Amino acid sequence: MPMDSHTMTVDHMQEAGHPALKPYFDDLAQQRDASTFGMWVFLLTEIMFFGGMFCAYLIFRNLYHDAFVAASNTLDVVLGTINTAVLICSSLTMAMAVWSAHMGRRLMIVVFLIATVLLGLVFLSIKGVEYKEKWDSHHVPGLNFSTDAFTHPEKSQGEGELGHPALPSDVAQHTVIYFGLYFCLTGMHALHMIIGIGILCFLIRFAWDGHYTADHYTMIENFGLYWHFVDIIWIFLFPLLYLISRHR
Amino acid sequence: MQSADTFKLFPDSASTISGYVDVHFMFLCAITAFFSLLVACLVVYFGIKFRAEVHPVAKQIHGSIPLEITWTAIPMAISVLIFAWGAILYMRIYTPPTNAMDIYVVGKQWMWKAEHPGGQREINTLHVPIGRPVRLTLVSQDVMHSFSIPAFRIKREALPGRYTTVWFEATETGMFHLYCSQYCGTNHASMLGRVVTMSPDEYQKWLATDAGDSLAAGGEKLFQSMGCNSCHRGDSGARGPNLAGLYGTMVNFNSGPSVIADDAYLRESILQPNAKIVNGFQPLMPTFQGQLSEENLIQLIEYIKSLKDTAHQTQTIHNQQQFPPVLQGGNSASQLPETKKKP
Amino acid sequence: MSSITQPLPQQEKAFRWKMPEESYLTDGYSLKSWLLTTDHKRIAMLYLISISFAFLIGGIFAMLIRLELLTPAGDLFESDTYNQLFSAHGIIMVFFFLVPSIPATMGNFLVPLMVGARDLAFPKINLLSWYLYVFGFAFMITALVLGGVDTGWTFTVPLSTSYVNTHVILAAMAIFIAGFSSIFTGLNFIVTIHRMRAPGMTWTRLPLFLWSNYATALIMVLGTPVVAITLLLVILERTFHIGVFDPAYGGDPLLFQHMFWFYSHPAVYIMILPGMGVVSEIIPCFSRKRPFGYTMIAYSSLMIAMFSFLVWEHHMFIMGVSTYSALIFSFVSFLVAIPSAIKVWNWTATMYKGSIHWDTPMIYAIGFIGLFTIGGMTGVMLASLGMDISLTETYFIVAHFHYVMVGGMLLAYLGGLHFWWPKMTGRMYPEAPAKLSAILTFVGFNLTFFPQFVLGWLGMPRRYHSYPPEFQVLNVLSTAGASVLAVSFILPAVYLLWSLKYGAIAGPNPWGAAGLEWTVQSPPLTHDFVETPVVTTEAYDYENIPEPAYASR
Repeated sequence: MPMDSHTMTVDHMQEAGHPALKPYFDDLAQQRDASTFGMWVFLLTEIMFFGGMFCAYLIFRNLYHDAFVAASNTLDVVLGTINTAVLICSSLTMAMAVWSAHMGRRLMIVVFLIATVLLGLVFLSIKGVEYKEKWDSHHVPGLNFSTDAFTHPEKSQGEGELGHPALPSDVAQHTVIYFGLYFCLTGMHALHMIIGIGILCFLIRFAWDGHYTADHYTMIENFGLYWHFVDIIWIFLFPLLYLISRHR
Repeated sequence: MQSADTFKLFPDSASTISGYVDVHFMFLCAITAFFSLLVACLVVYFGIKFRAEVHPVAKQIHGSIPLEITWTAIPMAISVLIFAWGAILYMRIYTPPTNAMDIYVVGKQWMWKAEHPGGQREINTLHVPIGRPVRLTLVSQDVMHSFSIPAFRIKREALPGRYTTVWFEATETGMFHLYCSQYCGTNHASMLGRVVTMSPDEYQKWLATDAGDSLAAGGEKLFQSMGCNSCHRGDSGARGPNLAGLYGTMVNFNSGPSVIADDAYLRESILQPNAKIVNGFQPLMPTFQGQLSEENLIQLIEYIKSLKDTAHQTQTIHNQQQFPPVLQGGNSASQLPETKKKP
Repeated sequence: MSSITQPLPQQEKAFRWKMPEESYLTDGYSLKSWLLTTDHKRIAMLYLISISFAFLIGGIFAMLIRLELLTPAGDLFESDTYNQLFSAHGIIMVFFFLVPSIPATMGNFLVPLMVGARDLAFPKINLLSWYLYVFGFAFMITALVLGGVDTGWTFTVPLSTSYVNTHVILAAMAIFIAGFSSIFTGLNFIVTIHRMRAPGMTWTRLPLFLWSNYATALIMVLGTPVVAITLLLVILERTFHIGVFDPAYGGDPLLFQHMFWFYSHPAVYIMILPGMGVVSEIIPCFSRKRPFGYTMIAYSSLMIAMFSFLVWEHHMFIMGVSTYSALIFSFVSFLVAIPSAIKVWNWTATMYKGSIHWDTPMIYAIGFIGLFTIGGMTGVMLASLGMDISLTETYFIVAHFHYVMVGGMLLAYLGGLHFWWPKMTGRMYPEAPAKLSAILTFVGFNLTFFPQFVLGWLGMPRRYHSYPPEFQVLNVLSTAGASVLAVSFILPAVYLLWSLKYGAIAGPNPWGAAGLEWTVQSPPLTHDFVETPVVTTEAYDYENIPEPAYASR
């Protein structure tokens, strides 16, 4: 016979009938292990995905420092800080949801997941307000972009609070790259949030139906990893886009 | 030489570098052929010698550390040799000698425009003398192109917004192909031309037939018509740095590291004057982006190159203006007189 | 049922295997049972059908390209049409055939069988991966139907962002989507190989096919997202002019080159590593011998995966990169040749004192060794900085990567397909036409692509619609070879389909091959193994595997 093929009857009587055990896994431990490991590998992929944009951002910030500083100063640090706080809170509620699942508390899972959704929506709304402001000040590349706010700061209404000097037009033109990357980075991040909120809605539904028990809540745990990852991306975005150019 | 043949196996060889490249190529071919044939022979030999009909029971062999080390070390050693050889060749091909004559080449969809320092211009043709190193400065005014002369064994990408250089010294008179080898859109395959190599005498004659304003002279006209001279006057009260003798010197800035004033720096200073501000000057100069073609930029750069520093050069300078000596040059800070305006 | 309970036919020539009554193929006949399947074997078959279709389209484009190049003048097509042809050929062959070819078909089919699992770790994601592939391919077809794309498969900026008005966005979206299909395949392989190995299946007992697919999966997971974001930036640049790649806005076209090749060079190894894995299975089997230097072959796959991420700049040596970085990248490019050389030597040594059977898969594998050696050695020529200046962007490059991609990967793919065809379908392919087509492939391939080395050395640039007359004879030779090659691809399509109904019934292990996949019936059951197998020996224990009397030989 090819290979030495003694067979083994896998003895997992207590789990064999578990409704959540997929037929191609030997036991729940292997199943959980595989899903969590898969999630980590997926997050690795996500790091590379965002990595390309971060890389472009760092290169251009180095190349066009003055334009990036000026453009960065148009962002609203207060809103950005609030959003950071909101997102960290949502990570907390997510962690609490995982903990509740671990404890087998059905209602608490639902409550914390809903709280996570709400905080996520708050984040997106604030982001929406910020995007609106960018639209109004003609900072959206390709749609209504203009460098007037940088070349003629005296004309723009919000002038004064930071007292930007006017940028020469050859420097100001590079702000388009900043805003291009700003929208790419925050847009991709927001897209991940939206997908996350979509999945959360399903999780809430399943949790409500009592799908998750103390010995089987991998879904929630793995989604938690995803949510924290999205949070961490923001933790990098916030200083890079908002803060790094603040000091004078 | 271009010929009407429909078949050949060896490209023309017409520059000082081609011999070096050919030897390297032949060596690499020999190595490739040797190892490919070795593997092929071994595989076929084993396949026949040990075919199942005559060798029904295989001898199980796990492996051999000495053998593994051997066939790791030998390719490694050969690789290091080829690497060093290739690296030397690369630097030779891309490091122009200091006495090289300059020709500028602008690529656009779908033609090559060559600009000689004497002002001669040609399209899809390049006349060069033999026996004299020629440095080509390449730039593209639209997409990426690549300037390739197989007979000289040289090739260099022409990039939009950035100068690249390559040099050669032709050894044979004749006509050779010149291609765009980077895919550049619809008529990529028509973006080819010829290089005409001539003896120095004939080259001088050719230059004379098409003599107009030299690049530097054209640059000087531009320098005045664009109003550059109102700030880059060269006196101590000028708003712009003195440009005489600037080319090739080290420039210090208000912030950031110093750079050597080369073609790339001059180009940036004209198109993005406020990116780097020379020590002791104000960011006053407007950008000339969109107002100057690639050819204009080349003329201006040639003009600035031609400005000699009177303190160090005894020969009379090309320009009528007198330039005081400066230790460090720079660019920037010029404004058209009619649009005088404080920021 | 498992073959374990079946008797092994030692000498009885008269013995006939029967088709098993139950198998993954009989588990539902409806379209729905195929389209909604989560069985890795059915998904593999779905992939096999789809990538064959992609190969057909890409191949037709290749033939049209060769036809145009018969004469120096661009007389068959308009230059725009020609540009669309080679762009579509490149995009389809690279992203819709070569990248998924072995991993998504044989990999999907074999990874669970080889590790002793009942499916991949994420069967639904596996199905999703196929749908993404089809969806991406539909985008590509839409782009072609609407008028094509003419940027080449490399999407060079600013040509693709500002200068062409063809369907760049659709094509880029197609690759973006197909990229996720490839990421999910890689993800599944990594998790399955890490977490679902049968008891006793230690890392050092893994079949070499799994080692190479594992290395491939690492590249898929780490590299593909970078090309995804790069193409997304191209799309955004084209629609919104965000300025990142466009020099008119201060962007940098070389940044695009860096980001694109950061994936697309490793992608070359996505395309070749699985082929190396297939050859590492075929050669021991048909030499009746354990592979020489198992550990070295296994680790060299990982070394290739690692180095593949550190060599991308060798696509840019003539683009004005700094000399120092060129030196480093050139050196690392030489290093990546070392593990490839190790593999070639070990395969050759495996045949030494073996008992060589010249069956079709073996002919393909031996062809692979020869052509891959030439492809690899010409790669070494290109890694040399000084030589690269002359040879890059010419037909030399075209010949080089076709030697690796077609001479290497495609031969391995066909070899693997013949090798595992009995496992996948339960039936043997007919040996005589298969041998003929294997030899035709080898001859036709060399005739097609060897002249292109000379063309490149003469300086003929790539992607030329018309060319100077002195290149004609070599181009005619190449086109003649392409016709032979076309026949050698049509032939397998015909007899493999024929064998589905008329082929001899294979039995569980027609080759007497080692590996868990050969211990189960052919075609396997939906859940692969009736009972979890326990592995107690090293892989390739050919000493203790009897040679079957019955096979095609």
